[in-house]
Amino acid sequence: MTASAPLALEPPGKSWAQRILPAALRWCEGLLPTLMALGITVLAFGAFVALAGHNPLEVYAEMYRGAFGTWFSFQNSLLRAAPLMLTGLCTALPARLGLMVIGGEGALVVGGMAAAASAAALRGAPPSLVIAGMMLGSMLAGGVWIGAAGALRALRGVNETIGSLLLSYIGIALFNHLVEGPFRDPASLNKPSTPPIGEANMLGNLPGLDVHVGLAFGILACIACHVLMEHTVFGFSARVVGGNPRAARLSGLRVPSLIIITCAIAGSAAGLAGMVEVAAIHGNANASLMAGYGYAGILVAFLARHNTIAILPVALLLGGINASGGLLQRTFGLPDAAVSVLQGIAFVVLLASETYRGRLRLSRAPS
Amino acid sequence: MKQLELPPSRSPSARRPLLSRSLFNAMLALLLASGAGCKKTESEAAPGATGSASAASSAPLTVGFVYVGSRSDYGYNQAHAKAASQLQGVKLREEENVPETVAVQKTMESMINLDGAKVLFPTSFGYFDPHILALANKYPDVSFLHCGGLYSEGKHPKNVGSYFGYIDEAEYVAGIVAGSTTKTKKLGFIAAKPIPQVLRNINAYTLGARSVDPTVTVSVIFTGDWSLPVKEAEAANSLVDQGVDVLTAHVDSPKVVIESAERRGVFSTGYHASQAELAPKGYLTGAEWNWEKVYSAYIDKIKKGEPWEHLVRGGIKEGFVKLSPYGEPVAEETKKKADAAKAGLEAGTLVIFKGPLSSNDGKQILAAGESRGQTDIELEKMSYLVEGVKGAIE
Repeated sequence: MTASAPLALEPPGKSWAQRILPAALRWCEGLLPTLMALGITVLAFGAFVALAGHNPLEVYAEMYRGAFGTWFSFQNSLLRAAPLMLTGLCTALPARLGLMVIGGEGALVVGGMAAAASAAALRGAPPSLVIAGMMLGSMLAGGVWIGAAGALRALRGVNETIGSLLLSYIGIALFNHLVEGPFRDPASLNKPSTPPIGEANMLGNLPGLDVHVGLAFGILACIACHVLMEHTVFGFSARVVGGNPRAARLSGLRVPSLIIITCAIAGSAAGLAGMVEVAAIHGNANASLMAGYGYAGILVAFLARHNTIAILPVALLLGGINASGGLLQRTFGLPDAAVSVLQGIAFVVLLASETYRGRLRLSRAPS
Repeated sequence: MKQLELPPSRSPSARRPLLSRSLFNAMLALLLASGAGCKKTESEAAPGATGSASAASSAPLTVGFVYVGSRSDYGYNQAHAKAASQLQGVKLREEENVPETVAVQKTMESMINLDGAKVLFPTSFGYFDPHILALANKYPDVSFLHCGGLYSEGKHPKNVGSYFGYIDEAEYVAGIVAGSTTKTKKLGFIAAKPIPQVLRNINAYTLGARSVDPTVTVSVIFTGDWSLPVKEAEAANSLVDQGVDVLTAHVDSPKVVIESAERRGVFSTGYHASQAELAPKGYLTGAEWNWEKVYSAYIDKIKKGEPWEHLVRGGIKEGFVKLSPYGEPVAEETKKKADAAKAGLEAGTLVIFKGPLSSNDGKQILAAGESRGQTDIELEKMSYLVEGVKGAIE
């Protein structure tokens, strides 16, 4: 911790620019590995596209058009980013404690199921109450799901990666059982679904946007988690656990409850994503909920380096890539997998670029 | 807080050039790696490329097709994509692997807004509600033609149409071929979910097989979802181990099942599209969609500005479904029986679901003398497996 000494000892009386500039440079240094990784990704995917017989510049121009180039495209990207923000949190939050949770998909589907069940239980109540009930129910279910993985880790030493993944399979199996069995709407003949939650209880769009309220949930959740993790005693304690669990325990932190609570918060974010799918899009719970948002969230969390605010731009970037994927297929006849190739390259390069964190310098190192 | 976390002892000696050699090497390796994986992708891309190449004629109608899986899946999606590729004089825009989420809404909107599509064929059953309905209200000038037969007058927007085929007719004939060819008298049916549409196919197949040999049984395994290749292969092997010698499937892509059957040296009948080339030895026939006919009819009407029907259905007679050409192992006598059934279905004299008919758990479905014709709405609520099917609906 003595490292802060040189920073604190900056001589007073320096001009505004002299003080801001090094800080700005340091901030840029933090971004540098990520920017370089993105640059390398662009080059590598460009080469891939060129080898597939297309002009990379044209492809990138088209991708830009499909992702951000028009107002429609931008809203399309925002809409696709919304669930990724919430499922990204499901992996990013436990990662701050050094835990690798990958069961967001399971938390999402149990959250969606809980939302549908809450709506059914509150049938006839005013819409605001039903929506609040669906939110609470979904967050509770998702929280219990990932919280259970956290509890298994904290109390029984079960590896949380495997634990959350297996719980995810159980959640999906339970979901399928309920949708095709006891909780099936008899009217849903060839597409088994739960009874509709009712048109009045659907989440609408954000004012002036063609994007549902789920986007606001995602942004608010990311900001709330940022405040929690960076500006509260709880968040500080959690990060201490992430730094060294034994040291945390020795300094009197209640490590198991920190783990369980953080995992529960993470799970409730994914559960809320399930509720958004049900209440903003499908109007009921059915197998279409399992669209892989939970797994894509892992990618988002890693690309954001588990920084809950960085999840926002990363989710938007991935949303944009997904939004433009269709245009690549349609305009160039590139296979659907092209987008997966791009995401795969980005993932690998970004992880590899972590080795360069702190080694690339724009400013002179403090002497 | 942030500053406290700065790495404590970054001595100036740790400085490195911006682009060091190892990073450069990593980049090179990636470039090479992406190049190596490229050959395959290029050939996969070929079918789509032909679509955009045909867009040369002057201001043609832009038609968008959306598929839930791969266009070359030897199954449901390929059946649609093949029909799409045969449309004349339109600008074709296709997108595959689009899930039944808000993604399909955005794909359709993107086709409308960025490609100028006026007609959309979102082909997956699950695209209809809520996705197509949501967009149809928003874009009243665009025609949404959906595969699934879900349109109901007065309830759904005017610019929506839905079409479907009575493919159980083709399944019935395929069942006749399978029932005549089997030596062990055991047929195997690998199905996705016990929903009415699937049950109807299993039942028609069974009734076809048992119409030529009442001792034949059909063992059913439900995998639980539309595309689970590993489970499908396991189910195929398990059925063959039980003595089944003709396999068929109702999943999105029967490819794995047909290939497994061929590898195990048993016969197979196909579904959705022709899988004959996957099993040159054992492929008997198959129940195929013939969407070419439906699509060209729709497009002709739309081009001429004529109104089109909102609900279109048809079977063998209307040319909506067809059978794969008989494979080599099919005996002449079997072909005669199958052709006779086909003729009966075309003429409307052959009714598949007629009494006496009971379910495999002993309940009476239809009394002697009762019958349910092809268009009977009751058949679309099917919730039973007929006698002769080994298996249960959970």
